[in-house]
Amino acid sequence: MHPAYSIIIFTTLSGLGYGLAVILGLGFLDPSALPTKIAYLTALALIGMGLLSSLLHLGNPQRAWRALSQWRSSWLSREGVMAIATFVPLVLSAALCLFADRYDTVLGLISVLGALVTVYSTSMIYASLKTVDSWHTHLTPLCFLLFSLAGGLLLGSLFASFDAQRGLPLQLLALLFLLFALVAKMVWRKRARTLIATSTPESATGLGSIGKVRLLERPHALDNYLTREMGFRVARKHASKLWLIAFVSGAILPIIALLIAMSIGESVVSIALLAIAILLHLLGVFVERWLFFAEAKHAVMNYY
Amino acid sequence: MTSLPQHRTAKKLGLVIDLDVCVGCHACVISCKEWNTGAYGNALSDQHPYGEDVSGTFLNRVHSFEVVPEGGQVIGEAGDARVVHFPKSCLHCEDAPCVTVCPTGASYKRAEDGIVLVDEDTCIGCGLCAWSCAYGAREMDLAAGVMKKCTLCVDRIYNETLQQEDRVPSCVRTCPANARHYGDLGDPASDVSVMVAERGGFDLMPEQETRPTNKYLPPRPRTSLASAAPMIPLAENTEGARGFFAWLDKTLDRI
Repeated sequence: MHPAYSIIIFTTLSGLGYGLAVILGLGFLDPSALPTKIAYLTALALIGMGLLSSLLHLGNPQRAWRALSQWRSSWLSREGVMAIATFVPLVLSAALCLFADRYDTVLGLISVLGALVTVYSTSMIYASLKTVDSWHTHLTPLCFLLFSLAGGLLLGSLFASFDAQRGLPLQLLALLFLLFALVAKMVWRKRARTLIATSTPESATGLGSIGKVRLLERPHALDNYLTREMGFRVARKHASKLWLIAFVSGAILPIIALLIAMSIGESVVSIALLAIAILLHLLGVFVERWLFFAEAKHAVMNYY
Repeated sequence: MTSLPQHRTAKKLGLVIDLDVCVGCHACVISCKEWNTGAYGNALSDQHPYGEDVSGTFLNRVHSFEVVPEGGQVIGEAGDARVVHFPKSCLHCEDAPCVTVCPTGASYKRAEDGIVLVDEDTCIGCGLCAWSCAYGAREMDLAAGVMKKCTLCVDRIYNETLQQEDRVPSCVRTCPANARHYGDLGDPASDVSVMVAERGGFDLMPEQETRPTNKYLPPRPRTSLASAAPMIPLAENTEGARGFFAWLDKTLDRI
């Protein structure tokens, strides 16, 4: 599948933003502290930037509001509805924190639920497609949710690092969820590498009863929308290197940074380490998302 | 509303494509583009039509496949491999995933005849329906930013200003080999249904569980050139010559 930057940026940034919204909604951070106020604004900015980026790949973005109508059947519509609905408790919680130094448990828990359902809906857009074997698994939403939570915990621990009592549990949880995300993604990738394709050129043409089917002549000399959109191929040698970058930068280096930060304790160095860990994690998730699309094989390519 | 019709549609208008007959001339591709660029919805645009990187929106394309039986050889006419020309357009599936994934309700399946259409005024051009289609039946028009697909020439088949014989999809009307047939596949007595039953018509990618309406008829078993050879009379044989030719035959023999 073609890895569109608008969609990669959207899933990466909004995933991180919703992860942070979960941490804020659970009341991990002190509502009277300045970093918490910045955290609320960061979460809103990440989610907002992600959603705006997702509009960029539309052919007619001015009609995007129509996408809120088909939540009964479409995961994309559900995602849009949930994203906007989640803004309500999240903005209210942010206002409470910014102007009244308060945290409201009910509002917080509603925004946690909204954030998790939104990330789940995003992942189900891909996981519900039977045409892409590597996406069509429950492991896809699991990976999206774990990456979102790991990123949110990592970002949360940066904002809590000024407060040793609140910082340590978040750092420990971040460590745990980075490990979970890493393991889940490795299982996802193993499945994707070893799966047997649902459809073949034989089933696509129905000519399997005669023999082995091979494309002799394409319908057209050059590319078309389908081959550009579904036929993206990434060189295998680069794919394995990119996976290494995704794993090391997305999980392993942040885990090392977290361990060092925890051993140093509250200091400028540990804050800097956590900031670097977040940037590395973002880079890793970005590469992971790129591969998620670039390596995905679509059933229509059985005709090409 | 992008949910599928609540009950399976009784009428299932669709195509039956005979892979035994198709010669791969691409006439249906061109007639489809010609009709549909000036009819339903936005025109089918081309990008760089006179440049190096030509591409454009088509609703119907013809692929050509080579099929080799197990252990068969690929040696031109004498081998076991055979070429099958394969026209492909929207199959108007009963369980069309392109309809249910649409976030705006632009993509829909008609309850009255089962045709799958796109309302181009509400399509946002997200492309998710094309991702959900295993058959590559949908192509985004890059100029209009909306999804284009086969309409089964809905603006021809019910068009009372056309002659009766023209009230069929453009591809069917134009096919010089008569490889494409149009009709109601929901009616077991229709010509197309009888054809499917007699020839063993099949679905493409049944494992995708989309229940396509369009059916394909398999190529008939091949008779090799070698086995057909004894049936051809030898050139030296003059048996059965009569009249002037019989006289000429005898005379020439005597010389």
